[in-house]
Amino acid sequence: MTLGFYPGCSLKGSSREYAESVLAVVKAFNIQIQEIDDWNCCGATAAHSLNKELSLALPARVLSLAEKQGLKEIVVPCAACYARLSMTQHELLKNPELKTRIAEINNLEYNGTVSILNVIQMLDRYVTPNLESRVVKPFGHKVACYYGCYLVRPHEILNFDRVEEPLSMDTLMAKTGATPIDWAFKTECCGASLSISRTSSVGRLSGKIVGDASDRGAEAIIVACPMCQSNLDMRRKEINSYLGKRIDIPVLYITQAIGLAIGLDRKALGLQRHFVKVKV
Amino acid sequence: MSSDPHQYVISGLGGEVFENTEVKVSHCYQCGKCSAGCPLSEEMDYPPSMIMRMLQTGNPELEEKVLRSFSIWVCLTCEMCYARCPMSIDIPKMMDFLREKAIEEKKANPKAKQIISFHKSFLDSVKYTGKMYEIGFYADYKTRTLKILDDMLLVPPMIKRGKLSIIPELIKDRSGIASIFRKTIKKNKT
Repeated sequence: MTLGFYPGCSLKGSSREYAESVLAVVKAFNIQIQEIDDWNCCGATAAHSLNKELSLALPARVLSLAEKQGLKEIVVPCAACYARLSMTQHELLKNPELKTRIAEINNLEYNGTVSILNVIQMLDRYVTPNLESRVVKPFGHKVACYYGCYLVRPHEILNFDRVEEPLSMDTLMAKTGATPIDWAFKTECCGASLSISRTSSVGRLSGKIVGDASDRGAEAIIVACPMCQSNLDMRRKEINSYLGKRIDIPVLYITQAIGLAIGLDRKALGLQRHFVKVKV
Repeated sequence: MSSDPHQYVISGLGGEVFENTEVKVSHCYQCGKCSAGCPLSEEMDYPPSMIMRMLQTGNPELEEKVLRSFSIWVCLTCEMCYARCPMSIDIPKMMDFLREKAIEEKKANPKAKQIISFHKSFLDSVKYTGKMYEIGFYADYKTRTLKILDDMLLVPPMIKRGKLSIIPELIKDRSGIASIFRKTIKKNKT
């Protein structure tokens, strides 16, 4: 079966190393993958903050296109896109009238037949079973697995992992040879969409996360969301100034860490694109 | 909700919240877990539990304060409040409704100008390209807010690292996207 791929906007721009590393790992494990044709932005926080119908229509268009393309399952590596698509599917399947209205707005049929996977679910299904036998260079570092908001919340809809103290990434990272640490900020928000409009808040929120990871001895922070990565990495100047000290722990996508462990080329994983130098 | 046998007859803004989101403000018993877990509550004028209480009173003056509050805009929809609410009150969904209503009634808090400009510039990019085109977005946002110098130092290193595309990747079905915007957001001029 071919796995559908919804990269979303960040993975085509400021977080292109996430797309590079997802596709590199997918290729290394011989998974057939196909990008959804002519996909659009999910609307993110901007759409649901300003207009409910728009915030449902944009993700529904993506899901309709995936159906039209004959895809049964899609992977959505951006946690925010994953939550928006999942929430839309949930709302529309629960409310047939709304589903009809959104299909009219989009001028596209929508049946809700596509199953939506986040990156961890995709890895667990297609990579984890063979991961340990493929590790050539164990990721021998203490890691803080940071889940952020949208991999696990809202739990009522996503129904993924545990809402407090999730463990799926920790379990996966242990299989690469890493030592996941116990820490308190796994699911605290990084500040996400306030990055540009209220940078000081992001310095504070992300600062607490990086600070706790550092205090507990993490040598790398592992993420699965482009917003988390951008805030913890590109906003390190604001984070360090909030903390009043310089912390140079790198922030890797989980697919980059897996890629390193199975011996993929650092450049193919986009590690040179980070702001905080990746020395692990 | 068909499984809920209770009649819900609250009037005012709390009633509108229910009609539009199925969220019942009456369910809140002021435990304060939402405000304790909210990462932004210290930057808010009223923390989430107080917003709930203000809506419970049905007092028009307090309802007006809710719509004009900064809280509803600095809320990140991180979903922590909903995850920890012992009554499963979907506060983030309620916040979405309150934001949309505040814009419609031109009551958005002036302190939220940058946050709202961010959302509008973001959606403009999606309207014209089908996607979030980052350079176009930055230009639009800076024009709206006149925050010309903020983040300019990030641009050269982002380009060097291949993190900004100079040319937008346009969606093919642009008329389809334009039509979605026409049928949704344009009708209430947000």
